Amino acid sequence: MIPVLFILIPLVSGLIGFFLKSARAARGWALFSSLITLAVALWGLSVGKDSTLLKASVEWLPDLGSRFSVRLDGLSTILSLLVAVSFPIIFIATWRDEYRRPWNFFGLMLLSQAGLMGVFVATDALLFYFFWELALIPVYFLCSQWGGERRIQVTFKFFVYTFVGSLLMLVGLIWIAWHTPGHSFAMEDFYAMRSKIQANDQMWLFWILFIAFAIKMPIWPLHTWQPDTYEQAPTAVTMVLSALMVKMGVFGLMRWLAPVLPEATWAWGDTVSTACVIGMIYASLIAIKQDDLKRLIAYSSIAHVGLMCLAVFATTSIGMQGVMIQMFNHGINILGMWVVADLIERKTGTRKISQLGGLAQKAPGLAILLVVVALANIALPLTNAFIGEFLLFSGVFTSTATQYNVIFTVMAAVTIVLGAVYTLNMIKRVFFGEVNPVTSGVTDIKMNEKVALGVIVILIVAVGVYPKPILELTQQTAEFILGKMNYKL
Amino acid sequence: MMFGGVFTNSKTAIRNLAVVGLVVLLAGNYADWLGHHILVLNVHKMLFFDNFGMLGNSIAIAATLMLVLLSGRDMEKVGHNLAEYYALIFFTLCGITLVTTYNSLLMLFLGIEILSIPLYILTGSEKRNLKGNEAALKYFLMGSFSTGLMLLGIAFLYGASPTGSFVIDDLWTAKPAVTPLLAAGIVLLLVSIAFKVSAAPFHFWTPDVYDGAPTVFTSFVATIVKVSIFVGLVRLFDEGFSVNPDQWQIFVAIIAAATLFIGNITAVFQQSVKRMLAYSSIAQAGFMLLALLSLTGVAKDGILLYAAVYSAATIGVFAVLMRMKDYTFEGFNGLARQQPVLAATVTIFLLSLAGIPLTGGFFAKYYMLSSVVSTGKYLWLVIFAVLCAAVSVYYYFRVIQAMYFKEGEGTTEFAPSAGFKGLLVLLAAVVVLLGVWPNLLLGQLQHFIYTW
Repeated sequence: MIPVLFILIPLVSGLIGFFLKSARAARGWALFSSLITLAVALWGLSVGKDSTLLKASVEWLPDLGSRFSVRLDGLSTILSLLVAVSFPIIFIATWRDEYRRPWNFFGLMLLSQAGLMGVFVATDALLFYFFWELALIPVYFLCSQWGGERRIQVTFKFFVYTFVGSLLMLVGLIWIAWHTPGHSFAMEDFYAMRSKIQANDQMWLFWILFIAFAIKMPIWPLHTWQPDTYEQAPTAVTMVLSALMVKMGVFGLMRWLAPVLPEATWAWGDTVSTACVIGMIYASLIAIKQDDLKRLIAYSSIAHVGLMCLAVFATTSIGMQGVMIQMFNHGINILGMWVVADLIERKTGTRKISQLGGLAQKAPGLAILLVVVALANIALPLTNAFIGEFLLFSGVFTSTATQYNVIFTVMAAVTIVLGAVYTLNMIKRVFFGEVNPVTSGVTDIKMNEKVALGVIVILIVAVGVYPKPILELTQQTAEFILGKMNYKL
Repeated sequence: MMFGGVFTNSKTAIRNLAVVGLVVLLAGNYADWLGHHILVLNVHKMLFFDNFGMLGNSIAIAATLMLVLLSGRDMEKVGHNLAEYYALIFFTLCGITLVTTYNSLLMLFLGIEILSIPLYILTGSEKRNLKGNEAALKYFLMGSFSTGLMLLGIAFLYGASPTGSFVIDDLWTAKPAVTPLLAAGIVLLLVSIAFKVSAAPFHFWTPDVYDGAPTVFTSFVATIVKVSIFVGLVRLFDEGFSVNPDQWQIFVAIIAAATLFIGNITAVFQQSVKRMLAYSSIAQAGFMLLALLSLTGVAKDGILLYAAVYSAATIGVFAVLMRMKDYTFEGFNGLARQQPVLAATVTIFLLSLAGIPLTGGFFAKYYMLSSVVSTGKYLWLVIFAVLCAAVSVYYYFRVIQAMYFKEGEGTTEFAPSAGFKGLLVLLAAVVVLLGVWPNLLLGQLQHFIYTW
């Protein structure tokens, strides 16, 4: 029931939202709907683990072996919680942004929330694919209609890139479904196939499925769509893309790839890990050279997600738990960074770091909150990202799946240092230093932005100091996934 | 219908007569299917009215009804002989019913001839248009040639069958020896039907004919006729030749790959939406050919679903195209501002043609892909088809981008009526409904079989 509500509430309110006729009504309605979804999410947290409220399964396409079945286990709970928490923050933080025909904008945003929720709670492969594509369409319209100057070509490139990946994934999913005894798409049947698919079949199946996830995350060298798309999209949509859609890729790895094709995951783990590490270092180096604020955050995002992907292929319990926690943390932290980028653009009219300076003198409240978020980006202790990254690094370091674990850990650690370089550099040049004509007109942040950033900062510190509740959520699922990956069982 | 034109000159009356006729046909077909017969003829085992064929009929008649309702007025602009145009459409439908329910190869030949000849006439119905005359001549010459090939193939099959019969059931049960005669017969039949459905490399007549014919008849040919011949094709290979697939499946695979490739790549380079749709219909035909490679229940369900969804979407897009002043992509610029309902429904149709989930087109493509994957062979073709589908996104989305994201004066010739918009919305709703619940259509296959 609850997962169905997660999908239905944004879907219905999104469709209704198209018919509202004023900007204020549209904004208010969107915020209201996302708060209701958040309330349902918190209710779901309070319900016992084996309650029937947490799952639903209805007949959908019996000839094709597909049911509409959704469930909330540890992994999907964390991610749907992330979605439920993010959308209100996004709406609050971008409250003052102006859009043409805002009712369409907010309707599409809510539809994308429905699609995202569907991806995370689906336990049927065809349903998963369905929502995977459905999350893409509203984002395509959002970016193309309200984005920057080069939005049409950039969004189209993003769409076709992602679409090719998803179609290949569809072929892979169909292949696996046809080889299950009952031609079914259910998750349990997919997991049962893990020892039955031949090794050579697993090899090419792995790549067909992985390409879609690799494009989504993105992993070098399939990342070229990302910086342009993040830069050209309206910032609220960038928040959705970066904080939430990226997690679809990592989620897909953990739910649909590693437990179903464990042999191939072990076999190709080194190749993928190498690509991840190269991507992390490459992206961090490029981030150092960036002048545009949005592109800097975009490249930093590639580096962070690369680490998560690396840890998934390290296949240790600590690593898996770290991935799940870090997905939540990264979502929150990167939201904070994007909120700041949006603020700065709105107040000063520019995103170029070289043109900014001395904002701390004019907007001290913003500076304080930003520094906390930036320190979380660097994964300083006391922030949530530290917990996540510590677990990730432990996972990679103690990994028995690869003989290069030490090398990978060291290279990944280098990116932490690089991350500190570009983040602190950015803070120094944007916030500290002399006030210049561009920034002299800036006033301190208003209430809505304070609320949004404040919530983020509280979450950062709270999870950083007391991560136990989230850790408990993740432990069972991590063990479960690893159990499936040990295919001899 | 033909003689209706004698009695009245009123265009509305003629159109209404056509609509009533189609509705009666549809109702009659459905009733017949369920077992209530108005008249029973002994067809000597030449026709077999099974669920597959009857559903194919229903889809064709319903799609024609939609076409007439949406584009009836555009037919009036073509020339003076409105009643004759409707009469020719009805004759074509007659041929279509033969092609979907035949059991004897002679019936297949008859059906294809009956449906082709009115089409030659319809193609050239704009008598003063040079392009139209050229299109009609090309169509007639190449069509007759291919029908000749078909007859030769049928003759070979007759010679190769042990009992000397035209009935395709017999070809299957008698398990004829695979002689060169049989193989030649199969290949000739395949080639001639591939010509009719414009599969590559037999598609060269298609762009000129589709472009030269009046757009409303292009719409008719590219959708209803094409999908009905596909239904017939699946029937032929399913009942006749499924025992020895190795002979002909590799041909079909190569033809399908070539069709997908040529159709999609050339559609990318078109500047006129009408020609783009012509080439895209070639590409969609490539997808439908995939059904021949597996011939399972899923494939047969899939071809019917594809027929319904593809017809609905293409008829909708053509209906809107006919109202536009300018047939190029730039002509659609800014349409969303001027005519939001039109733009929204066209977007749904284009998303369905591209195969995006939530539209019927996704499930249609899915059934095709799934049926081929289930055989375990031709996986290279599946991946190729999927990549071609990604390419098709480019030219379908060009129209969406022009409508929504570009500023322009995209306008229609005259303001569309509320009835027109309502019909488009209904059609779009059908497409989306089939995208969420394809069983609505395929569940109809569970009815009782009508035995002759």
